[in-house]
Amino acid sequence: MAPTKQKQAPTRQAITLKGSTALVTEFFKFAANTVLFQRGVYPADDFQMVKKYGQTVLVTQDLALENYLEKILKQVNQWLLTGSITQLVLAIISKENRTPLERWVFDINLVEPPAATEGSQPAPAKPESDIQAEIRNILKQIVATVTFLPVIDEPTVFNILAYTKESADVPANEWVDTDPLAIEASKSQQVKLRSFSTDVHRIEAMVAYRYEG
Amino acid sequence: MAYTPKTPTRHGRSRSETKTPLSSSFFGSNNLADASNPFIVASRPASRAASPVKKSSTQVQASLKKQASVGLIRKGGVESRLDVVTRDYVPPPPKSEKRSRSQPSRDNRDRFITTRDPADEVAATLDLMSLNPESASPGHTARLAAATGVPLNRRILAYHEPPPAASSDPLMTQARELVRPLYARAGSASGSSSGSTGTKDRKISTSAQRVLDAPGMIDDFYLNLISWSSLNVVGIALGSSAYAWKAETGEVTLISEGPEDTYISSLDYSNDGQYLGIGYPNGAVELWDVETQQKLRTMAGHSAQVGVLSWNGHILSSGCQDGSIWHHDVRVARHKVMELLGHQGEVCGLKWRSDGELLASGGNDNVLNIWDGRVGDVGPSTPSSARWTKRNHTAAVKAVAWCPWQPALLASGGGTSDATVHIWNTTTGARLHSLVTPAQISSIQWSPHRKEFLTTHGYPTNAIMVHSYPSMDKVAEIKDAHDSRVLFSAISPNGELVCTAAGDENLKFWKIWEAPKMKKKEAKDSRKGSTAVGILGIR
Repeated sequence: MAPTKQKQAPTRQAITLKGSTALVTEFFKFAANTVLFQRGVYPADDFQMVKKYGQTVLVTQDLALENYLEKILKQVNQWLLTGSITQLVLAIISKENRTPLERWVFDINLVEPPAATEGSQPAPAKPESDIQAEIRNILKQIVATVTFLPVIDEPTVFNILAYTKESADVPANEWVDTDPLAIEASKSQQVKLRSFSTDVHRIEAMVAYRYEG
Repeated sequence: MAYTPKTPTRHGRSRSETKTPLSSSFFGSNNLADASNPFIVASRPASRAASPVKKSSTQVQASLKKQASVGLIRKGGVESRLDVVTRDYVPPPPKSEKRSRSQPSRDNRDRFITTRDPADEVAATLDLMSLNPESASPGHTARLAAATGVPLNRRILAYHEPPPAASSDPLMTQARELVRPLYARAGSASGSSSGSTGTKDRKISTSAQRVLDAPGMIDDFYLNLISWSSLNVVGIALGSSAYAWKAETGEVTLISEGPEDTYISSLDYSNDGQYLGIGYPNGAVELWDVETQQKLRTMAGHSAQVGVLSWNGHILSSGCQDGSIWHHDVRVARHKVMELLGHQGEVCGLKWRSDGELLASGGNDNVLNIWDGRVGDVGPSTPSSARWTKRNHTAAVKAVAWCPWQPALLASGGGTSDATVHIWNTTTGARLHSLVTPAQISSIQWSPHRKEFLTTHGYPTNAIMVHSYPSMDKVAEIKDAHDSRVLFSAISPNGELVCTAAGDENLKFWKIWEAPKMKKKEAKDSRKGSTAVGILGIR
């Protein structure tokens, strides 16, 4: 369904699939950077402020990390174009005993096409400023979550998991099947964050954290 | 059985059509559902008759209607739409499966997946319906999915490489350690044992710079078994033997080896570091020459254990278990030149002021006496009375220490039931400050470089604490400095290191302060977290 969306040139009127995936991938990049900074997975001085979405966001300057994220997101972009990815999870696990401490879950849904019964008029395209505003809100919310997320004292690493369809085209030597790094249900608290949508994709964010007692 | 996948639109209409005359496709699907769904039993005969729709439709309709009103719809919209229709070609699902489908918001857990995100499941099935009509062999995979509980069509993938570790530039990591905010600092809030203690500006390592073995060290509060001479030699009494450890070379020399049946009860180096006085339980005080390692003389006379010694030039003062303090002039044959009687209990703390004007003594009778330092003016048999007698402490006063930068200041610390440090002005006799500590105080050392003093503690914390003067703020605390009570301490001649000894048979050296002049030299050492006096560090 997705590839058959409006394929007109990217004007201000309509957003194409490619444009939407680019937006979504970029959002993932900044969201991942924000989470890594806020949760202290990487030292804070590795990050630099960059202007994006009408506010300053922090992006890592560590080349190794940047390349790593780049590779992952490139593949995610591919999957988004084919509509094979359903969820992207950034799991923060303790370095020593590999227990998952937090899971930042981004649901990727394809926006339902407007019912044909509405008439031949396509639904008005969502202006980019709106999308940007929504993204801005999510990023702000991620930053705000540190107020209630449990303090992480120990060194941590992160893992990015992609939930894809069976039919997804997976480069075999680059991506491997793995376990979901889920937090035990009795110890996990979940908080649903805001979502944003373009005309093509709808991204919902949620954070699940480990909470004892 | 040919399972034909149902197109999405059918599902939408299915529910509404349970009550109306059924269309053939729905009817067909329902047939198969009926085979699985125990609720819809009546229509089983109808399933075989696929073509004669009209005839059996009425028959089915009524019963179905009943069923619909009872079973189908009551189950809730989700199931009636999804379970019955989507999975209509699925064999009787296991109970857990059914539950998870019908009550997605309730207990999502099962053996297979610990956290089942309900949104995911519904999304996955919605995906199935709306996006993926051409899935291969849906029946089989659907059954498999139902059986295993894994939502259909989902793979969890991770990039094959692990994420890169944070850059490990040592300078950066050290800089980060220093600027790390207080709440994230290991050792302050979480109380980890290793690391360093102190405020943002001062960091004192909580691990000893050096640990030496001290086998045979006696665990007795009332003894004083270590002394650090001005020639940078640490004298330590282990059992009945006295050893000298040269701090510069690390060389250990046996100075005195006494008989097995006795032990050394006190030990002190003279001010110039040339002579060592050793006290014994039988009351004898021996004088040893450090360089030649020869015993020069034995000064007997005390009737009880000599627990503490203090030098003042050529005068060696000894504190006795019977409460008397004798001054020995080591140059003359009749060594006992004066006797001070001011204590009812064992004298355990004794310190001359560096200018020799005053002598401070503390006893097991909880009394702190400050004596005039003039010796020999009165006859040796005439007891002189102390200039000040302080009874504020409620336990044995072993810890006495004179302040190096303000000669009139004297610090005294009490034992277990007291655990208080009092700071006195010995000119006026006034008590200037008091500091309550959590544990028995076994010794006090003032810092020659900073306005601070160090206290060593025994029961129950076995800690070493550094306090600032005159604010009495805790600068640092080294918890569990030893495994047992920290009983003895001595400060190095340069005022930087403090060595402590305890009954756990360890002699530990701690870097506490840093001498300002040597700042440049020591900055070369890669010492973690030490600070220079006068540098308000950008930490």
